Amino acid sequence: MTTTVLPRVNYLNVSHGVLSWLLTKDHKRIGILYLVVVTIAFFLGGIFATGIRIELTTPQGDFVSADTYNRLFTMHGVAMVFFVLIPAVPAVLGNFVLPLMIGAKDVAFPKINLLSWYVFVVGFVFTLAAMVFGGVDTGWTFYTPYSSMASNSNVMLTGIGVFITGFSSILTGLNFMVTIHRMRAPGLTWFRLPLFVWALYATSLVQILATPVIAITIGMMALERALGFGIFDPRLGGDPVLFQHLFWFYSHPAVYIMILPPMGVISEVIACFSRKNVFGYTFVAFSSLAIAVFGFLVWAHHLFVAGISPYSAMVFSFLSFAVAIPSAVKTFNWTATLYQGAIWWRAPMMWVFGFIGLFLVGGLTGLFLASLGLDVHLHDTYFVVAHFHYIMVGGAIMGFFAGLHYWWPKMTGRMFPNWAATLAALLVFVGFNLTFFPQFILGYLGMPRRYHAYAEEFQVLNVLSSAGASILAVGYTLIASYLVYSLFKGELAGANPWLATGLEWKTESPPRPDNFAETPIVNEGAYKYSEREIKVA
Amino acid sequence: MLEGIPLFPEQASNLAPEVDNLYFFVTAVTAFVALLVVFFVIVFAVKYRDRTGEKIGAPITGSLWLEIGWSIVPFLVSMAIFAWATIVFFHLVRAPDQTLEIYSTGKRWMWRFQHIDGQSEINELHVPLGRPVKVTFTSEDVLHSLFIPAFRVKADAIPGRYSSIWFTPTRAGEYHLFCAEYCGTQHSGMIGRVFVMEPNDYQAWLGGGGGGLSMTARGEQLFQQLGCVSCHLTDGSGRGPSLAGKYGQQEQLASGAAVVVDDTYIRESILTPQAELVAGYGPVMPTFQGQINEQGLMSVIEYIKSLSSQPAVATQASAPPAAGAAR
Repeated sequence: MTTTVLPRVNYLNVSHGVLSWLLTKDHKRIGILYLVVVTIAFFLGGIFATGIRIELTTPQGDFVSADTYNRLFTMHGVAMVFFVLIPAVPAVLGNFVLPLMIGAKDVAFPKINLLSWYVFVVGFVFTLAAMVFGGVDTGWTFYTPYSSMASNSNVMLTGIGVFITGFSSILTGLNFMVTIHRMRAPGLTWFRLPLFVWALYATSLVQILATPVIAITIGMMALERALGFGIFDPRLGGDPVLFQHLFWFYSHPAVYIMILPPMGVISEVIACFSRKNVFGYTFVAFSSLAIAVFGFLVWAHHLFVAGISPYSAMVFSFLSFAVAIPSAVKTFNWTATLYQGAIWWRAPMMWVFGFIGLFLVGGLTGLFLASLGLDVHLHDTYFVVAHFHYIMVGGAIMGFFAGLHYWWPKMTGRMFPNWAATLAALLVFVGFNLTFFPQFILGYLGMPRRYHAYAEEFQVLNVLSSAGASILAVGYTLIASYLVYSLFKGELAGANPWLATGLEWKTESPPRPDNFAETPIVNEGAYKYSEREIKVA
Repeated sequence: MLEGIPLFPEQASNLAPEVDNLYFFVTAVTAFVALLVVFFVIVFAVKYRDRTGEKIGAPITGSLWLEIGWSIVPFLVSMAIFAWATIVFFHLVRAPDQTLEIYSTGKRWMWRFQHIDGQSEINELHVPLGRPVKVTFTSEDVLHSLFIPAFRVKADAIPGRYSSIWFTPTRAGEYHLFCAEYCGTQHSGMIGRVFVMEPNDYQAWLGGGGGGLSMTARGEQLFQQLGCVSCHLTDGSGRGPSLAGKYGQQEQLASGAAVVVDDTYIRESILTPQAELVAGYGPVMPTFQGQINEQGLMSVIEYIKSLSSQPAVATQASAPPAAGAAR
């Protein structure tokens, strides 16, 4: 690698002081601001998870009270879903690299971009307030009539927090969509776009169309709770199952808000470290759109035992199998991308290998739950908990870390120690499997989720799970340590430490405030690796 | 080392082997796919490893035939799973005609089971071996879910509606009963035991006293007390339709639609009588909301059932109905 110096003027040192960050319109700084909040939320969610896992090491509910336990898993879910999984890849990595990837100076609406962050923070503050004032105990799903009529925890504050945060997601989606349509560099046609951009585009579509529904749903729940409107409570003439339809009409597509962008990251990283085109580029690109569209049509698979008609259950089961196909196609294409590649085993690629392994398990166990005859037994058991953690943590969080490691040199201008990052990927992979694989067995045995105390025969598997969680915690702590270390002592990265293609690697690391000295002109596809460029770099 | 650690749940109902066979099949298919992909990833990652980072990969962009193949084959396999799972599902949700009926209500944080003969029990459910049992239930407050893992059955208890599960116990013993839908503080305490008994033991248990009136008799009593009887004359000359022989039949509504007279319809007709009025009758019936509780409703439903052409009358002394020894 050629020796380099930090660029004299970059987005980090162009101005100083807290206000220069809080009033910034630079997408790169806004990405970092999101990273700060997401990290805090991830830490909080992790603390709650620790409480859960400690409680579950014994069958008796003896570590915390039942009410505390119910608040722990609710707040774990709320913090992780709304403040980590949904914003992590699009708002942190997307904000930072999207304009760079398409050769733009910023997103289409920089002020709205800053506004989204503020909206996000206000929503987070409301949710934090709800946690500080005693927490909330409805489960992150807020099912009625418990949430609207029975719970005496801070449902309203949390609801307001989630309601507000949704607008941040909508604004970001809107901003990205316009950016991708209007701001591409000359020559950067749709089919020359990096696949991460396609994934962000598909995600924006879901964010814009689905998020308003959760706002409406939470609004209705609040009306019932505060003013006694009979919408969901049967005693007031409402229908509790209606809430579930509305809730999942957002929250199932939201799963794709969480997983599509990491899938895009995986395509980028796998192409870079295999030194070749992503196999079946158009299929991977369109599978993102297919997932985004089909994702809207499967919500009632969360309601198979909630009293819906068996025939509608049949339709939703069919559609749920159908939505699995584009995800399978992506996985096969990533695997085929490795074929005859020149695979460079650097840390970001280790996270990709981890992602593939865990996402496979997560995706395939989804087939069990889409199967009507199995879901009756598995619904609301630990099988479901294991399944969605394999997707959300094994998929989305592993993908996020793949992307964070991949673009970290670009964001900071410095390298992290490769060995430490490889070790962290291994720890997280092993710890994750030890934590969540036993939960599949627990689920089929019949252990229901959200149980503070449980039957004695489930203990050994729960202890394994808690042991895995502690390995996971070590892994995550390790990441935080070497990334912070790299900020001060990391080797200078240079513009393109991974010898990757892509416009973001053509500018300095960290990039200058306006990204590019002159607007790049694109005349080839995203992943044209050639001997000449690698040697020159 | 693994002794005493259960890895697989007991099979204690006719449905359990059906669900388990499907489970084994889906496990085999998905494990095969997962191992196949992992195998290729590992082989490629090792075989094509480049330690320098300076080589480039082969200029391969894709293959239409592979794309078509790995879209269609998984689709066909998943459709096979879909079809099998749907058949199992319809078996799980469609109870056979002749079942032993048990009613239940869930409320925070207990399950109450009401046997037709009058016995009721809390957080315990006694059922006879080898006979199809149908449990019809609702919730008195928030959502709950009645889950018996050893039988592989589950359904949500929803306030204002009836749900049901059915099963034929195939092994005597004691099994878990869980609430599977989060319902607040003591959700994990809303559990109980299912006792599958030899038919003779079950009869002895039923006769064990403490039962009180049978549900039908209790329902008849309410039918008199609440004055239902003064309009719903059995000869059809009353201000309301006769209820004899109506259960399970189709009824023409004033709105022109038709409805099957089932538990949910009877419940609705008692609580919100104007909602689905039978054709030819005026909107004269008052609501009984607040005058009858969930158990009372279930008893009245059981009484109305007993008025149908084939009465399934079961008093404490009589033998159980000659139920289908099906499956």
